[in-house]
Parts: sequence; C-alpha cells; structure tokens
Amino acid sequence: MDTTAQTDHDPALTGEGADKAQALVYPRIDCKDVSVFYSGKQAVFDVSLPVYDRSVTALIGPSGCGKSTFLRCLNRMNDTIDGAKVTGEIFMDGENINSPEVDPVLLRSRVGMVFQKPNPFPKSIYDNIAYGPRIHGLVEDRQELDAIVEKSLRRAGLWQEVKDRLAQPGTSLSGGQQQRLCIARAIAVRPEVILMDEPCSSLDPIATARIEELIDELRKRYCIVIVTHSMQQAARVSQRTAFFHLGHLVEMGDTDQIFTSPRERRTEDYITGRFG
Amino acid sequence: MNNPPETSLQSEKALKRLRRRRAADTRFRMYGLAALGFALFSLVFLISAIAWKASGAVTYHVVKTDIVLTPERIAPDGNASPEEITRNIEGFYTLVRDDLFARFPNAGDSLPVRQDFSALVDRLAVLPLARRVARHPSLIGQSVTVQVPVSDDVDLFLKRSSPRSIPFRIGAGAQISPGQGGGMVLTQPDLDSVRATLTALGEHDGVPSVFVTSQGAVARLSDLGDEAASFELLAGDVADFGGTPLKGLIVTVPESRRTISDLQIAWALALRSEGVIRRVPHTSLLTRTDSTYPELAGSLAAIVGSLLTMLVTGMVAIPMGIFAAIFLEEFAPKNRLTQLIEVNINNLAAVPSIVFGLLGATLLLGTFGLPRSAPLVGGLVLALLILPVVIIAARAALRAVPPSIRSGALAVGASRMQAVFHHVLPLAFPGMLTGAILGMARALGETAPLLLIGMVAFVAEVPSSTTDEATALPVLIYSWASNAERAWEPMTAAVIVILLALLVIMNVIVVMLRRKFERRW
Amino acid sequence: MADHIVSAFTDELDKIAADLMRMGGIVETMILDSCQAVDRNDHDLAKDVISRDPSVDRLEEEVERQIVSLIARRQPMAHDLRSVFAALKTAGELERIGDLSKNIGKRALMLDDAVSANMRHGVARMARPVSLQLHAVLDAYATSNADTAKTVWESDDDIDQHYNSLFREMITYMIEDPRTIGAGAHMLFMAKNLERIGDHCTNIAEFIYFQITGEYLMPHERPKAPNTGV
Repeated sequence: MDTTAQTDHDPALTGEGADKAQALVYPRIDCKDVSVFYSGKQAVFDVSLPVYDRSVTALIGPSGCGKSTFLRCLNRMNDTIDGAKVTGEIFMDGENINSPEVDPVLLRSRVGMVFQKPNPFPKSIYDNIAYGPRIHGLVEDRQELDAIVEKSLRRAGLWQEVKDRLAQPGTSLSGGQQQRLCIARAIAVRPEVILMDEPCSSLDPIATARIEELIDELRKRYCIVIVTHSMQQAARVSQRTAFFHLGHLVEMGDTDQIFTSPRERRTEDYITGRFG
Repeated sequence: MNNPPETSLQSEKALKRLRRRRAADTRFRMYGLAALGFALFSLVFLISAIAWKASGAVTYHVVKTDIVLTPERIAPDGNASPEEITRNIEGFYTLVRDDLFARFPNAGDSLPVRQDFSALVDRLAVLPLARRVARHPSLIGQSVTVQVPVSDDVDLFLKRSSPRSIPFRIGAGAQISPGQGGGMVLTQPDLDSVRATLTALGEHDGVPSVFVTSQGAVARLSDLGDEAASFELLAGDVADFGGTPLKGLIVTVPESRRTISDLQIAWALALRSEGVIRRVPHTSLLTRTDSTYPELAGSLAAIVGSLLTMLVTGMVAIPMGIFAAIFLEEFAPKNRLTQLIEVNINNLAAVPSIVFGLLGATLLLGTFGLPRSAPLVGGLVLALLILPVVIIAARAALRAVPPSIRSGALAVGASRMQAVFHHVLPLAFPGMLTGAILGMARALGETAPLLLIGMVAFVAEVPSSTTDEATALPVLIYSWASNAERAWEPMTAAVIVILLALLVIMNVIVVMLRRKFERRW
Repeated sequence: MADHIVSAFTDELDKIAADLMRMGGIVETMILDSCQAVDRNDHDLAKDVISRDPSVDRLEEEVERQIVSLIARRQPMAHDLRSVFAALKTAGELERIGDLSKNIGKRALMLDDAVSANMRHGVARMARPVSLQLHAVLDAYATSNADTAKTVWESDDDIDQHYNSLFREMITYMIEDPRTIGAGAHMLFMAKNLERIGDHCTNIAEFIYFQITGEYLMPHERPKAPNTGV
C-alpha cells in the first residue's frame, strides 16, 4: 500500500516522501515471538508482527482472540494487570521495549493509547489535554501549554468545536467529541505511536466516520495500531490488517489483500461471516 | 375458526395468569411497604418518645433572689482568700436559705421545719456563686442577684411530673372565714370534682393532699364537710386569700409515700407565685459538668470528652484507613497475603466493640502505660474499632472510580502514583470522607470499649487535653440512666438528644460534602 | 465452504448462482439452436431463439439487482466479494452471448433456400466446440473448479483456429461462386459471432478463476493463435 499517494498539504511533511517510503520498508515496531500469560494462562501465542510507520495497522479477530491483549503489550499496559506476563521481544527503533530496563511510564509517553469507551478525566477540556505535557515537563510556561493544547485539539479536529469552552468539563462533550478529546490528549504528549482499542465501538456512525477521517489524517504523522471489531472499519481505515484467532496471529497482510483474497481459511471464514 | 387460539392475549388462561401475576406484584409491594412502614413507625415512635422525655429537661426551676453577701457569713474568719471563699459553701448556702426562709415568718423555727426547708435547695447548688465571689472578692458586702436551681424533687413537682398533681377550680361563690388554729373555712365551695377525684384515688397509706393557693398563701385541706371545708394554713397569711380567685391542686400521692413533704410543696408554690422560683431554660445542661444532683448536673465535660476522643479517633483512623485502602486497592499485589488481609479486615469490622475495649485496656493501658480514662486511649481504641469500616468504605469509593480513568492516566504516561493521586483520589474522596464520617458517627455512639478503659469515671472538670480524665456522651447516658432519681430521666433523654443532634450534624456534613464534591464521569 | 452465520446471506448468494446457471443454460441452448436453425434452414427455430433473448436480458437485470442489494446490505468480503463480482461480470458476458446468438438467429432468417448445405454445415460445426466451451465454463462455476476454468481459458485457441479455417472456407466458396457472396458474408458474421462467444467464455473463465483463487489470469500469458489479419 502506498501512503505517498495521499495528498498532503501539511508543510511540515512536504518533501518527506523518500523518508516515508523508507519507513514503510522498515517497521517502526517489530514484535518477535510475543506471548502473554494471565496468571499462567496463555492468552497470546508467539506473535511476530511488524508495524509500519505512517500507516494504520488494524488488528481484527473474534472476541477473546488476544488482539487487545497484544495491543496492550505495545505500551506495556499489561504491566498494570496483576499476574500478567509478557515474553518475547518488541523492538521499537531498535530497542527492546519489553525489557525490564525500559521504564513503562516513559514508554507510554512515546506510545499513546485511546480506549474503547471515551474516558476523559472529569476535569476541564483544557486540563484533559494539558495533563500529559505537565507531568512530562514538556512545557516551560503557560503560553507553551496553550500552544500545545490548541495544536493537539486542532490535530484531533476538535478545536473549532471547543475553542470557546475550554474551561468546561471534558465529560460535557458528546461521545464522539469525548473520543476525539482522548485522541487529542494522547497526541499532546508527542507520541510516535498511537494505539487505539476499539475507539469507535461506543459511537454512532457519524461520530465513527469523524474518527475514521481523523485516523486517516493522523496516519500522515503517526504510526497507528487499531483494534476493531468492525471488519468494515478495519477495511476502511487501515493499510495493513492482522487477523488474530485464539491468541494466534493467523494472517497478516495488506488490507485489500486480506479483504479480497485472504490466504488462510480461518481468515476467510471470519471476514465472510462464516465463523464457528 | 373464529375462536382465538389458546395463547391469545384475551384468552381465559392468559387473563388468569395475568391476574395471578398482578396479585403477586401487589403482594410484594405490600410487603415492602409494610416493612418500610414498620421501620418508619418505630423510628418516629423512638424519636418522639425521647424528645417527649427530653422536653422535661428543656427548662428547670431556679430560685432567683437578691442577697447581701455579708462578710461575716462568707468569710467568718476574716480570711477572704479565694480558696477559703470557695470552700465556704455552707456560708453561701445559709445566706440563700435564710433569705428564702425569711419570707415565711409564720413557719416557726423548729429544727424539723428548718431541715425540711433546707431541702428546697441543695447545698452544692451555691457552688457557682461561691466561685463567682472567689473570682471577684469585691462583691463581698454587696447585694447580688443569685440564681440557684431548686432541688430535683421540687423541680419535678413544679413541672407536675412527679408526684402527679391535678389542678382544680373553686367556684367564685366560696366564702372564706378564719377557722380555728390559724386555719380557715371555705363555705359553699363547689368541691364536687375534688370529692370525686379523692374517691377515685382511694386511700393507699394515707390520704392525697389537697391544696388551695392564692398569691403567696397556701392552705391544705384538713376536713371536707358537705357544706364547708376547713383548711390549715401552711404558708402565708389568711388575709392573702381575700378577693383573689383561689386555685386548687390535688397531689395524688399521700405525703408518706413521696420525697417532697406537704410543707415543702406549700413553700414551693408560695415562692413560685411570688416569682422567686421561676422556670428558666436549662442552659446548665450544656454548661455544667456532671454532678450527683440532677438539677446541678450538665453534660459539658462529656461533650468535650467526646469531641476530644473523636479528634484522636479521626486523626488516627481517617488517614490510616484511607492510606491502607489506597495501598490495598491500588498498589498491593493481589496474592494470598493480601487476600488474607482483606478477609481479616472484613472480619474485624464484625468484631464486637467490647473486644476492642479489652484490647485497649490490656495493650494501651497495661503494656504502654497510657493514662486511664483519657480521650487519647478512648480515641485510639475507637480508631481501631472504626478502622475496618473506614478502610472498607474507602476501598468501595476507590473501586467506584471507573478503571478507565486509571487507564487514561496511565496511557498518557502518568506513573501509578500520579494516576492515583491526580485522578482517582479526587474522585473517590467524597466517598471516602462519607465512610470516614459515618465511621466517626459510629465511634461517637460507642459505649462498651470506653467502659473498659475507664472513661466511665465521674468527671467534674472539663477535660482540657487528650490525656485528662474524661468521659463521653454515650457513657454519660449510660451512667445517668442507671441513677435512681426520677429527675435523671429527662436529663438522660436530653443528653440522648444532644448525642443524636451531633450524629445528625455529622450526617448533614456527609450529605453536604457529597453534594459539593461529587463528580460524575 | 461452510455456511454463513447469517443463513440468508448464503441463500442470497445461492440464488444469484442459480439465476446465473439458469441464464447460462438458456444461452447455451441459444447457441446450439441458432446454429441448428442455420444448418437446417429452420426459420421457426431461428424465431424461437430470437424470442428467448428477452428472458436472458431480464435474468441479467435480476441478477444485477440482487447483487447491488447484496453489496449494500451484506458488504461481502473475500470469497463472497469475489463471487459477487464474478457473478456480476459473468451475467454481463452471458447477456452478450445471448445477444450474439440472437444475432445468429436473425441472420439465419435472412438466408434463403439457395444456400448450400456445405456452407451451412461450416457454422454448425463451429457451434459445437463453442457451446462445449460455455458448458465447461458453467461447469467450472457450478463446481467451483479453478482447473476446469483454466482449461477453458487456455482452449480458446481451438475456437480461434476453427474460426480461421471457417473464414478461409467461406472465402473459398465466395471466390468459387460470386452468387454465394451475400450468404457468405452472413456466414462470416456468424462465425465472427461464435468467435466472440468464445472470447466471452474466456472472460467468464477468468472471472471464475478469480472468484475461486483470488488470482487473476493474465491475458498476455494465454496461448494465442496466429493473427488472421481480420
């Protein structure tokens, strides 16, 4: 899939075509034999999966197939669950982020995450976004912080809607706006990778379309991994798709290949609605 | 086929089933309402019973009179040092009593009469006056207005609560003429109601006493004839009966079976009609400390003791409980050990409070040698008692914070600590505080552990620090309730009301905090 | 392949396939019958063939309508998507084949009794392999057999050779006897129609192959007969 085909008006990105082409060749994140155990029970089995930069990788599969669990390996969110153990290597820019030496808190500032249900903090819209930059010391003064807040909201396509009510609580927004606020919150700490765990599952189709449009916009700058239950959504937003089943990575390939002529029978059965 | 099928919504079977289901629904609702109604009724009954009893202690009777503080009486040895003055209660008492006694020149001066008269006011009642004079020695020789509570028997009688007394009217047509022995005779009185009442009461160890009063004069019925009734004068002068309408009072209990004599009743009635004995708000209940005389007793020491105890309890239990809960809920790994701790915390909440008292008595008093009867020890014991409650409530509050908030914070790169303190805690705080205050409310009402660590002591001084001897409100209720005199009953009820008021205040604080800080997500 | 969880989906796909097979059946007889009408100078049969074409058109419309509705409502994926796509294209091809057969029938009506049996035989001879080709490709569709489809695709060459020889034969007739030029021209168009039908069969084979395997048969890899210059 060629991402350079996208029309790109962002001045910061012009002339980066060569880099982008290269980024597609070398994966941003490279997982080798990742397994996850929950209290001794294995949930993910030896998954090896490259994730390419400036593109969207979709993880699909039936419930309980380990796709969310795998996603949470990429920012070490599994560390927060008691009894969870992750083995294998996950290379990000050549560094194994699954090693104990890597501080998960620092990692999470590089790998943002957006959740299934919009979960804005019960604070003002401004504070929701400003929280990350504040705790990471990304800003020196109020002006800088204002700038980050505005930029993040603009990138999340929310600025026009909320610029006059930044002091209102984030929970006062609609579901779709809340989810975009969460995306803006993730962007604000300047991550390189954004993980999305079923970001549209609680939204109506219009809000979903907005988020999908936003994802398409964001992939010009970020490496995005999205878990979704909706195969149509995976087909719409992603460039690469990985199909998980019972904790195994069954098939991984370009999205159009997966959705027109998957190689594996299980993938075929799943995406054509023949499962079970 | 025109008949509807069996499964139709209109069929006989369906309608029958519907009726049965509706009946079951109604029955269930009725059970619920009945249970609720019973609970509500019990509560209303309890509250109103206590309030009714306590209403007797809202006011009380005092003697209010002007006396001259003659130095001879107050400082007979010429020693006017504060200590001496305070110690000379007898002198003050004599001043007050003599001032009152002087109002009854006809009473005679025999010793039994004097003794009888002395019982109108308890000796210790003048202690505040003595202290006041000791503080301001310049008052000696001056005329001052003193206000001294009458003894509990007189107070109860004047409140018509014990012994029971029934007022009656005497028709205006009655004529008064002096009788033999300084007494008087009423002719043509309309005393049918008195006769009926006396007949109804019957004779148990004596006849009920019947009084008539007018102004400062009081007479007792000695003989009730068909045409005339003869009275003997107990206080005041026959001349006082002239003109003014007479008021009658039947004291239903015969003199031999009550603690207040007819003479005392007469004096009390006379003093009241002269305005010397008057009913005033019973503020001393809140401003005085415990006493063996009900009319002199107050709950200030217990209130302060309770507050000091609560201070210690709160300062120990709330931070400890909240931090323990945060650690258990947010940081502790979920393993056998923490599970064991969890189970034990839950069990601890069910341990009878007296066990905590035993623990306090042996450990804090015995091993650590902390002072007995001190709010410090009481507070620590109560803190231990409510700690499980606080922990459980705080954990519930933490658990009520949706995990998505934690995940959200962690995902933007907050550490676990930051996630908890920046996001979870502010959300859980109202709930935690609610639990803490409810725990405190429980501690406030706890008696048993305090009994065991000696906070049941008679405390006449207001404690000023957490290591002073003190008692607490529920303990005061317990000890007052076990006193014999009738006068303690309304007092006890009044303290119960004070305790309930404190509890209500705490609950109101809880509600207000919730309103103010509760945030939806 | 297992049934869909939503059984109506399977039913709808089956219905499309069945309609397509019906269409194929009709078209197949149209080829044979039109050529037989030419061979036997049977004008009634020719008219009959012509009268069958509208039903083919209606079936095509019906299949298209079903497919559009199925795409809108079910969003077919993978094999389903490919089979729906193949069915849509195949329906179009079959409709074209129907048109071409009708055209042969129309030309049969224009031939008079003077046309020799030899000339008529030439077209009838060519009709057989073409209809076999269509039969084989429909077989491949019905049995989801990619190999059969590929065989059909590769054997288009035979049809082309038939066409070439028939072309030369007709030219010979027309040179020998200029009075046959009118009939010969008709014959040449009929032969061309049959050759086109063969091409359509090849296309159908490609779609079926794609439907089954998800891969494309590349046209330039196909064995090709020497160009006749026509």
